[in-house]
Amino acid sequence: MAIEAATRAKAASVLVEDVNLSYGATHVLKSINLEVRPGEFFAFLGPSGCGKTTLLRLIAGFNVAQSGRVMVGGDDISGLPPWKRDVGMVFQSYALWPHMTVAKNVAFGLEERKLPKAEIDRRVKAALELVGLAHLAERRPSQLSGGQQQRVAVARTVVIEPKVLLLDEPLSNLDAKMRVQVRRELRDLQQRLGLTTIFVTHDQEEANTICDRIAVMNDGVIQQVGTPMELYERPANLFVAGFLGAANILEGDVRSHGGNRVFEIKGGTRLPIPKALPADPGARLVFRPQYAELNRAKAADDVDGLTGTVSHREFLGAAVRYSVALGTSEVTVEAPFRSGASLIEVGELVTVFLAPARMQFLAS
Amino acid sequence: MTAAALNIPRKPSIPLSQYLVAGSVALFLLLFLVIPVATVIIVAFIDPRSGGFTLVNFADFVRNDLFRRSFGNSVYVAAMSVAWGTVFALPLAYITSRFQFRGAVLIQTLGVIPLIMPPFAGAVAMQLLFGRNGSFNLLLGDWFDINVPFMEGLNGVILLQAIHYFPFILLNVSAALANIDRAMEESAQNLGASGFRLFGKIVFPLAMPGYVAGASLVFIKVFDDLATPLLLNVKDMLAPQAYLRITSIGLSDPMGYVISVVLIAVSILAMWVATLATRGRDYATVQRGGGGLARRKMKGLDKLAAYGVVFLILALTLAPHAGLILLSLATVWSFSPLPDGFTMAHYGKVFAESPQFIWNTLLYATLAGVISVIIGAAIAWLVQRTTIPGRQMLDYLAMGALAVPGVVIGIGYLRTYYGVTLPSGQPLATFWFMIVIALAVRRLPYALRACTAGLQQVSPQLEEAAESLGATKARTVRKILLPLMAGGMLAGFVTAFATASVELSATMMLVQNTSDAPLAYGLYVYMQSPAGRGPGAALGMIAVVIVGLCTYLSHWLLARERSGATKH
Repeated sequence: MAIEAATRAKAASVLVEDVNLSYGATHVLKSINLEVRPGEFFAFLGPSGCGKTTLLRLIAGFNVAQSGRVMVGGDDISGLPPWKRDVGMVFQSYALWPHMTVAKNVAFGLEERKLPKAEIDRRVKAALELVGLAHLAERRPSQLSGGQQQRVAVARTVVIEPKVLLLDEPLSNLDAKMRVQVRRELRDLQQRLGLTTIFVTHDQEEANTICDRIAVMNDGVIQQVGTPMELYERPANLFVAGFLGAANILEGDVRSHGGNRVFEIKGGTRLPIPKALPADPGARLVFRPQYAELNRAKAADDVDGLTGTVSHREFLGAAVRYSVALGTSEVTVEAPFRSGASLIEVGELVTVFLAPARMQFLAS
Repeated sequence: MTAAALNIPRKPSIPLSQYLVAGSVALFLLLFLVIPVATVIIVAFIDPRSGGFTLVNFADFVRNDLFRRSFGNSVYVAAMSVAWGTVFALPLAYITSRFQFRGAVLIQTLGVIPLIMPPFAGAVAMQLLFGRNGSFNLLLGDWFDINVPFMEGLNGVILLQAIHYFPFILLNVSAALANIDRAMEESAQNLGASGFRLFGKIVFPLAMPGYVAGASLVFIKVFDDLATPLLLNVKDMLAPQAYLRITSIGLSDPMGYVISVVLIAVSILAMWVATLATRGRDYATVQRGGGGLARRKMKGLDKLAAYGVVFLILALTLAPHAGLILLSLATVWSFSPLPDGFTMAHYGKVFAESPQFIWNTLLYATLAGVISVIIGAAIAWLVQRTTIPGRQMLDYLAMGALAVPGVVIGIGYLRTYYGVTLPSGQPLATFWFMIVIALAVRRLPYALRACTAGLQQVSPQLEEAAESLGATKARTVRKILLPLMAGGMLAGFVTAFATASVELSATMMLVQNTSDAPLAYGLYVYMQSPAGRGPGAALGMIAVVIVGLCTYLSHWLLARERSGATKH
């Protein structure tokens, strides 16, 4: 109980200001600006090599930036070594010390803080109870399963009641089933502790399911920050659109046709652009497969829709996925599967209907 | 903080403590490796009369019949030792890694035993077994009236060296064979190859890098060895010539230095040739699925032949040990296949007359082991965990000690530190601690490799975890790094201790007084007279026991380490 109260009280904001970091000629982090609110579960999401782990290690103090600063709870910690930062980190490999028991591992940070022995024992016990491993206190890390090791690593970190908890791909060493279970546990624990938490992952499902907000990174640049729903519905650019879930991205030109703006897809099909929707020249049309509707077409020259031929059909269970050839382009449309309803066959002529609210034009 | 201040590029600064560690290590290497070796090389190029640069010393070397013959003999002995070592090692490696063979583990273990006895220790015993009037030839003479010159002149050196060093080839080839992807062999079989053609065209070429590594090591070791030829009274080889020149003519004679340069040059050349031969052939052949060759069952005659070959080779390689045991227990052993009677008197004599040999050995080897492990661990840490400039250079320098023969280290110390006197008036070069330093420098490459391997097993994340939980760098080293490296460091120490306790090349040059001498030197002194053979053999047995125990201990430690990493 003590841990919850203390971490909730200590939960701090994290502010990253104009951080640049290079290894030699490689510019790994480019002008990073970011704010994580107190008590928030935040994710750095991006493909491998995007700089997300580098940024996390920068906050922990293991990397030094060429410029910029990191503030935790309003204090500039850029100049502090890792051991003075009070920022807890759970490593991807867990980094449990094999020569110490579970209890010794968890006690380490408290011993370094020179707490009295009785206090250390009490807090180690509380932390192990928090993760449900009190009965394994005297085991060695190598005697534990992957999931148990992961929980020891978390206990070892939260026991020092850090201002911020950093998790570096904590689920990547677990099998698929454990991953789902452990990520819920992590979310529950974070909610109980109210601890500002930053989570690094390359798996969008992981980030979507447990995080309050996500910073999508690519190529050392933060592409967009937002809640999972915002990122999914209103991606700021093509990278975010493609990285989070499936998206149709159509090339074409914004033209004027009869006084109205239209989007002319490669191959000739035209689509009117809703009045309020911004669309720069050279932009691409982006929409999710389940946002479109598919109907059998009566004639090939249906102007207000996208007309094409079904080229593939895949049955997914809850939905049916159609690929539709539109001239030289191809789009994917997912329709819910209803038992008994007739499916469209490959080769049939169809129109793809897209509600104006579901369209988005993004610069390439 | 202003924006301007924010944009000043920051570099991770290197703490003073790292400079101190690197500086101490550099100083040690400079004083006890670089300067002595450089001195030896420089003196070889200096005209003793005028003091100017000259090649005349090398011209003298080439013009001299004795030196030319010595050079030829050294090359011949080293090459033949590799050849015979190959003959011993290849069948053992092939049979044990290719067939389901009862006792494969036993063979791999017994095959390594020769390594734990210094080759010179068995020299006299081998003469009694295989010499002109040795047991074997006496029996051959009785039965067939022939006499085989196993131990005559250079043959004796070759036989002893081949027996002693063939495990290097065995271990390297076995490791290489174990790394061959089974599919490589199976696809050759699938295409119709089998038997010797399969071995010659696929298996051996794939194991070649391992063989070359082992063979070049044997060549260098044999080429540089001083003690074995001396004990067999073979003087017309390079290392003995260097020793005799320095000890009989004096430190000012340039020939000892010229020979040293030749020894170093040939060592480096051999390493370079080995590197060239294996470059671009790093067959990292283990892929997913089964590693190593498929083990087959042997039947009938094949099995008999295989057991015969293995038995013969093992009997031969264990002969020096058997001979040494017999000799250490023999009352009189001369012109007879077996000793006339047995006694423990030789052991009693050794302990009564010269226990200092044993104590000195334990002291020197312990100190040398500790020093080499400390320096080795420091270099490993600097290379892997810091960004200090020049760290790689320290690693290369320390490994460079491999190319420096013991004789050269000895000569270098004498030349460099003979003029430096201690407060007592004794020259520094003859102070007993210099033997310790020489042993430590000679063992450093092995200790460094052990420490590097030990450190590589410790993931840097384990240290970062400690730092993020509040431990400073120094405390992280003490509480996380040292405990986790301890096993590797201990194994490095035990190896260094074991090999230092039977080293003789450098020691031979530096020992001035038998009261300061270690066991290996004592053995040499005893073996000079027929009456001393018994006690000499007893000393040899004591050395074998010490080294054997250490080897067992280091294997046990490593095994415990390995199981500890996974189970515990």
